[in-house]
Amino acid sequence: MAAAEPQIGEYIEHHLTFLTNKPQNTLVNFTVINYDTVFFSVLLAVLFAGSFYLVARRASASTTSVPRGFQSFVEMLVDWVDSQVKDVYHGTNPLIAPLALTIFCWVYLFNFMDLVPVDLLPDIGGAMGLAHLKVVPSTDLNGVFGLSLTVFILMIFYSIKMKGPLGFLAELTLHPFRVKNIFVQIPLSIVNLLLETVTLIARPLSLALRLFGNIFAGEMIFVLLALLTLVHGYAGLETFSGWGLLLLQAVLTFAWGVFHLLIITIQAFIFMVLTIVYLAMAHEHH
Amino acid sequence: MHINLTLLVQMAVFAVLIWFTMKFVWPMILGPMQERERRIAQGLAAANKGEEELRGARAGAESILSEARARAGVIVDHAQRSANEILEQARSAATQEGQRLVAAAQQQIELEAARAKEQLRQQVGAIAVAAASKLLEREIDARAHEALLNEFAAQL
Repeated sequence: MAAAEPQIGEYIEHHLTFLTNKPQNTLVNFTVINYDTVFFSVLLAVLFAGSFYLVARRASASTTSVPRGFQSFVEMLVDWVDSQVKDVYHGTNPLIAPLALTIFCWVYLFNFMDLVPVDLLPDIGGAMGLAHLKVVPSTDLNGVFGLSLTVFILMIFYSIKMKGPLGFLAELTLHPFRVKNIFVQIPLSIVNLLLETVTLIARPLSLALRLFGNIFAGEMIFVLLALLTLVHGYAGLETFSGWGLLLLQAVLTFAWGVFHLLIITIQAFIFMVLTIVYLAMAHEHH
Repeated sequence: MHINLTLLVQMAVFAVLIWFTMKFVWPMILGPMQERERRIAQGLAAANKGEEELRGARAGAESILSEARARAGVIVDHAQRSANEILEQARSAATQEGQRLVAAAQQQIELEAARAKEQLRQQVGAIAVAAASKLLEREIDARAHEALLNEFAAQL
C-alpha cells in the first residue's frame, strides 16, 4: 500500500485541478481562466437554450397542435416554474420567471455532469492531450459565484429601482432597530447598516456555497468510490477480495448515484427558489 | 479554489442566457400555453352554453307545442259549439216551418169544411123544397117562399 499512497493523492489532485491557461498561485487572478468550466457551462447553456428554443418555436408556430414528448416536458417545467414564481412574487417583473427557469435548468445540468462517470470525460480529454478536465461547473467556485453574483447584482438593481436609492438606504439603516428619537436612531442605524449589510452579503455567499458544497462533496464521494479499485488496478481481479471490492464499488456508486440524483435536483430547486425569494424581497416595500 | 476570469465569463454567459430565455423561450412557451388554456376554457364554456341553449330550445319547443295543443282544443271546441248552434237553429226553423204548414193545412181544411157546409146547406134547401113540393103535390113558388126557404136553410 505504501507505493499506492502517492498514487491516491495524485489521483485526487488530478480530479481537483482545472484546465487553465496557466497555473494560478494567488487566490484571485483575473488573467487565469478555467477552460473546462467555461466550455461545459457554455455547452450546457447551448443545450438548454437550444432545446427549449426549438420547443418554443414549435409551440408558437401552432397553438392548436397537441403537445407531446419533449414539448410536454418543457411545458410542464415552464408551468411548474411559473407557479413557483407566482407563489412568492406577485409583481409584474417579466424577468423573474425566465430567470428562475434558466437557473433551475442550467444548475440542474451543471449538477447532472456529476453523474457522468468521474473518469470518463477526463480520460477522453487526456487522450486528446488535455492535462486536466473538471466537468462539473458547479464544483467550480467561479461557476457558482458567477450565478449568485449576477443574482446579487439584480437584487441590488431592483432594490434601488423599486424603492429609490433613499428607500434602499432606509431599508438598510432603519431595520431591525427603529426608535422615534433621532439622536438615538443614528448610532442604532450604524448597527442596523452593519447587520443588514451582513445579511445582504450572506445571501449570494450562501447561495453559491450551498450549491458548491453539496455538489463538490458529491463529486468527492464518487472520486473516493473510484479509489476503491484504482489502487489495485487490473491485478485486483486476480483475487477474490479484488472482485469483492469491485462489487462493493459498483453497489455503492449506484446507491450514491441514486441519492445524488435527488441532491442535484434539490440543489437546483433551492437555488431557483431562493433567487425568486431574494428578487421578490427586492421588489417589496416595507 | 481560485477566483479568476472564469467568474466574469460565467456571469456574462449567464446574463446572455437569461436574456435569451426571457426573449425567445419563456414567452414563446408560456404564451401558446396560455392561449391553449384560453381555447380549452372557451371550448368548455361553449359546450356548456350549447347544452344550456339546447335545454332552453327544448323547453321553448315544449311550450310552443302545448300552446298549439291548447289552441287546437279551443278551435275544436268552438267548431263544435257553432255546429251545435247551427243544428239547433236548423231544428227550430224546421219546427216552425212544420207548425206553419200544419196551421195552413188546418185553415185550408176549415175553409173547405165551411164551403162544404155552405154547399150542403144550399143543397139541403133545394132538396127540402123538392121534398116539400112533392109532399104538397104542387109546385111551390120558390120565389114566393124564398124567405121561408132561406130561414130554413139557415137553421140547418
